[in-house]
Amino acid sequence: MLRRGGAQTLEFPDVAAPGGHLLEVEDLHTAFRTGRGTVRAVDGVSFTVDRGKTLGIVGESGSGKTVLARSIMGLLPLHDVIRSGTVHFAGHDLTAMEPAQLRQVWGAELSMIFQDPMTALNPVKRIGRQITESLRLHLRMDRSEANATAIELLRQVGIPSPEERIRWYPFQLSGGMRQRVMIAIALACAPRLVMADEPTTGLDVTVQAQILDLLAELQRERHMAVILVTHDLGVVAGRADEILVMYAGRIVERAPTHTLFHDTHMPYTQALMDSIPRLADPSGTRLHAIAGRPPDLIHPPKGCRFAPRCPYVQDRCRESDPPLRTAGSPDHLFACWFPLVNGVSTAPSNGALPSAPPAAVAAAAEDVTNGSDASVGTDTAAPDTGGPTP
Amino acid sequence: MTDATARAPMPPGVDDGPVLTVDDLVVEFKSGRQTVHAVSGVTFSVKYGETLGLVGESGCGKSTTGRALVQVQSPTSGAVTYRGQNLSALSSRQLRRVRTKIQMIFQDPISSLNPRRRVRDIVAEPLVIWGRGSKEERAAKVREMLEAVGIDPDAAGDRRPGEFSGGQCQRISIARALMADPDLLICDEPVSALDVSVQAQILNLLADLKAKFGLTMVFIAHDLAVVKNVSDRVAVMYLGKLVEVADSDDLYRSASHPYTEALLRSIPEPDPDTQAHSKGLSGELPSPLNPPSGCRFRTRCPYVQDVCAEQEPPLRDIAPGHQVACHFPLVAPVLVPDQGEVGGEVGQDPTRAGSMPIPGPVPESSDG
Repeated sequence: MLRRGGAQTLEFPDVAAPGGHLLEVEDLHTAFRTGRGTVRAVDGVSFTVDRGKTLGIVGESGSGKTVLARSIMGLLPLHDVIRSGTVHFAGHDLTAMEPAQLRQVWGAELSMIFQDPMTALNPVKRIGRQITESLRLHLRMDRSEANATAIELLRQVGIPSPEERIRWYPFQLSGGMRQRVMIAIALACAPRLVMADEPTTGLDVTVQAQILDLLAELQRERHMAVILVTHDLGVVAGRADEILVMYAGRIVERAPTHTLFHDTHMPYTQALMDSIPRLADPSGTRLHAIAGRPPDLIHPPKGCRFAPRCPYVQDRCRESDPPLRTAGSPDHLFACWFPLVNGVSTAPSNGALPSAPPAAVAAAAEDVTNGSDASVGTDTAAPDTGGPTP
Repeated sequence: MTDATARAPMPPGVDDGPVLTVDDLVVEFKSGRQTVHAVSGVTFSVKYGETLGLVGESGCGKSTTGRALVQVQSPTSGAVTYRGQNLSALSSRQLRRVRTKIQMIFQDPISSLNPRRRVRDIVAEPLVIWGRGSKEERAAKVREMLEAVGIDPDAAGDRRPGEFSGGQCQRISIARALMADPDLLICDEPVSALDVSVQAQILNLLADLKAKFGLTMVFIAHDLAVVKNVSDRVAVMYLGKLVEVADSDDLYRSASHPYTEALLRSIPEPDPDTQAHSKGLSGELPSPLNPPSGCRFRTRCPYVQDVCAEQEPPLRDIAPGHQVACHFPLVAPVLVPDQGEVGGEVGQDPTRAGSMPIPGPVPESSDG
């Protein structure tokens, strides 16, 4: 079957090689050349995703999670980008593909749901046309067949009276409805992997719950893999099989969801969890804010990149970079010299031995509170390091 | 933990009455021949030193209410009274003077600051406009306020907003709002554009400033977890009307309106074990051009009955300090008057498996 674009047709075997993964990212680096220097937005990231699974990628703004998603997709600017490493998708290396080949993959096998449905949708095209576009290109449907499929897709994503709405323009829809249309477009050709970059940020909590439920339901029906990129651990808590926490362009912790929440090793992950206001806490409960800001990715700090903000920081953390390693369980990776065990840091307190006595543990816990209070003060130094925020 | 909840001491000479009273506030917009019913009869008051949370989905009228409080949006009818003065009755000159006491903080911190001006000028502007103080006094006050919000005046004063992150810009707009010594702060979604980690910093900062400067706050947001954290009392709004008002811990323990319950269920809790429920709200907010008859929530309510379409439920007391507008309020199995005891336990499951709509008249008190 020949496709538009004239490139050689790619074959995507239904099942990847035995024991193989649907997506295999290996040592991916992505950097941008800017006037101020090279921004290492993604700095050596490796992970895999299997069919039908959900991977959550979590991090603050500037942690590199969106660049990682775009880098995997191959949706990067043409100039001043340095990318290395490999991205194998169903046996093909996406990083080695020509644009014409990538176009066969995008939408058909691998699609993306963007954060802002207003700017991601074409404002001057009817939504029906935006859905049928990929159906006609990839699945070679004729007009009426594509239209019928588009109506069915809109119905599946919960848009009422889809026969009428197919002729509507994006501006006629609410934010939640637009995001449903985005999902319909992304799922039109039954891709095997969907990359959802903050798909519910900016939507109301009620609509967010609807959209995430919808995505989960469609995923189950179609046995798709989903990568859910978000800054909110609450969003991925009940939905991801595995979670990858990013900080300053690197993976700092990666574990099956339940393990990540119940046996957190990395102080940064713990700090992210603690900063979320919980409904169960009484009103007025002081939140544990993370002091300071993520580091400058042009001149990242020596040693552990979280060290300047870490409540348990030791000399070793400032000097040498902790590798991503395991301890005990092979599927729980973390990058920390003094990982938390049962919520308690193994870092020696004031020269004490790693097997810290209860008093030292209490002192370490005290540091956390001090750290959060100090956030007000430490943030002040940020203009010096932060530089212009794009 | 205590400093956020502690009320600032009442300054001498201030009476105990509410700082702000809103009485039957109506805001409508003309759209061609149609009318957008943005706010349809909202009544509440805010006591001195209190934080009232106003929560609801986009389009429920919470921001319009916030804007009407400072008369940026003039109300179609109803009264907004600040310390005994009816704001709608004031001349624009008088209103400007009163407004120095009522300040607003907006959602998008970056666009609410002029990108071409220096931080120290932005923050000083309220005093410049009012001609208060000498140049040196103003500069000293700018330093004081920037320090209070955690921005280093020496490093940041000569920079422009574009050089700061969203969280820092929000700190700068808070500093600006505090320059004219306000006593009432209207915060319209101040943290919804921020990351959770920065959100926590700003929420803690607001709690600190409230205690330090003796502020009263109206906190508008769509995230009930955030609102509950900062507020003493929460008012839940749906399509231009208040559907439930209660102390924030009460509201969480014994949400009585089906909409409040749905909002609570929709919040993604950062715990993989509490996600089993999830059946949130279906459908979308109806159009405010043509709101449903009777109870406005009936089109999405899982417990809807015939009477809901015919009669509009009034906002009535179902417990001390707890008001709800529903014909069939949900009644929690146990109402625990004493806070903190079982709060954590109950907190694990916001679905409250035992909650059921109880038809008929609401008992005076639902405990027992």
